[in-house]
Amino acid sequence: MHDGVTVSYDDVLRWIQTFAATMAEQRQYLTRLDSAIGDADHGINMDRGMQAALAKVDGLADGDIGALLKTVGMALVSTVGGAGGPLYGTLFLQMGMATTNKSELGPDDWRAALDAGLQGVQMRGKAEPGDKTMVDALTPARDALSAAVADGASFDEALRRSAAAAEDGMQATIPLVARKGRASYLGERSAGHQDPGATSSYLLLRTAADTWGGAAAPTDKEES
Amino acid sequence: MKKLINRPEDVVTEELRGIEAAHPDLVRVNYGPNYIVRADAPLQGKVALVSGGGSGHEPMHGGFVGMGMLDAACPGEVFTSPTPDQMLEATKAVDGGAGVLHIVKNYTGDVMNFDMAAELARGEGIDVESVVIDDDVAVQDSLYTAGRRGVGTTVLAEKICGAAAEERRPLAEVAELCRKVNANGRSMGMALTSCTVPAAGAPTFELGDDEMEIGIGIHGEPGRERRKLAPAAEISRELTEPIVSDVPFAEGDEVLAFVNSMGGTPLIELYVVYNELNRLLSERGIRITRNLIGPYITSLEMAGCSITLLKLDDELTRLWDAPVKTPGLRWGA
Repeated sequence: MHDGVTVSYDDVLRWIQTFAATMAEQRQYLTRLDSAIGDADHGINMDRGMQAALAKVDGLADGDIGALLKTVGMALVSTVGGAGGPLYGTLFLQMGMATTNKSELGPDDWRAALDAGLQGVQMRGKAEPGDKTMVDALTPARDALSAAVADGASFDEALRRSAAAAEDGMQATIPLVARKGRASYLGERSAGHQDPGATSSYLLLRTAADTWGGAAAPTDKEES
Repeated sequence: MKKLINRPEDVVTEELRGIEAAHPDLVRVNYGPNYIVRADAPLQGKVALVSGGGSGHEPMHGGFVGMGMLDAACPGEVFTSPTPDQMLEATKAVDGGAGVLHIVKNYTGDVMNFDMAAELARGEGIDVESVVIDDDVAVQDSLYTAGRRGVGTTVLAEKICGAAAEERRPLAEVAELCRKVNANGRSMGMALTSCTVPAAGAPTFELGDDEMEIGIGIHGEPGRERRKLAPAAEISRELTEPIVSDVPFAEGDEVLAFVNSMGGTPLIELYVVYNELNRLLSERGIRITRNLIGPYITSLEMAGCSITLLKLDDELTRLWDAPVKTPGLRWGA
């Protein structure tokens, strides 16, 4: 974040790159979560999809954040498969539609993008909060972001509150009984496990806060 | 992990190359996006059938591409739904102007990806109908789940609807027939061992030496209950009773009985199960008039079986008997 008020095209690109690296690092962890209540492929699929997205965004250089996010979305739709492909693909496509022709994003732009993405995910997957899906991380993250923006919090603060809310939402999936996706077939047996989709969604928002945050920190600050 | 593979990430591509090399008279394979089509596709004026799903269930679906069955199959990664771009390209490759039927197994990923593909294909002016197969009685169909899973009836629907399409029946009729097969077919499976997804490298679930999972899904999803291993007679009864009471099947019914291997169970055991099934149905006055026994919808190397019953009438019987010529199923042609 150059000035703490907006994120640039390069910031968004760095977020995508950091998220891809996070998916590679957390591949086994996400797959292990998925094997408890799903079909043991979430980490493998997200890693494959984000690697494909990286290859696609490499050639872009027009500074349009919307085009960047749409490119990521199309790459995910065509490489991830499973439920994660259409859901994460739709999330990025809708975020891209909401940021078309923008070369930088302020807090309200980011709120609008996340809101559009979440609505797209719900339209595609028909999940409601409490169904034990990625919606359970994205919804509180969107709400916390909106509240922070309304409070006049700094972008950095808003991002941190949003990621913290996503983390709470992710942890809150543990006792839930799944009502959507493959985990729903387990019925009561799905309780006691953290949802892998909510986990990757938390990681998406955590990397946004980490990559764009720390506006007051020295510019050469490295991510931990 | 002990598997006859080279690198886990190459399994699906190398399998496709093998299919292409083995059956050039029946199918063509396209890579990037991956799909298998009939060698003679597209057939003008014939409704085309497209199915697809994760790999690891062979011969379903790629092995069912050919005369009298599917026009195209889209293989995903192992146990992972294929993607909309594959389905769209396959749909365009087989459309002969009479429309395309998507036969979709009821899994969240498959349904969403096929939905996106159907939207895209319709956008390009292709008439697409989708039928979702959800025949697994092991899981509850309720507002609180993603609904029943699609399993063994899928194989029967692809065969029967493929025969109807060969008769040049219109898209709406073939789709209606597919719904009829789904409404009259029910399945349930069980596992004796787990299976290992090549890219995961470790078994999908743990099952003790003396345990079995009743109601297993075809991706190793847990089922109704895990219990101590029992004789085949008892297992067969536990699979058959929920199926028979679901449709329900009644005295005097004629059925197609499909005893399927999950991949690791040999024919000798499938016939033991078939004998039990035949006895159980005879006791209820239900007559098996057609059967299919073997590995047709598998879960990698999982040991175990599934039973599917389809209530037959003259139309379904005739279409089942019609010629079929695919790598995985072949008679009368």
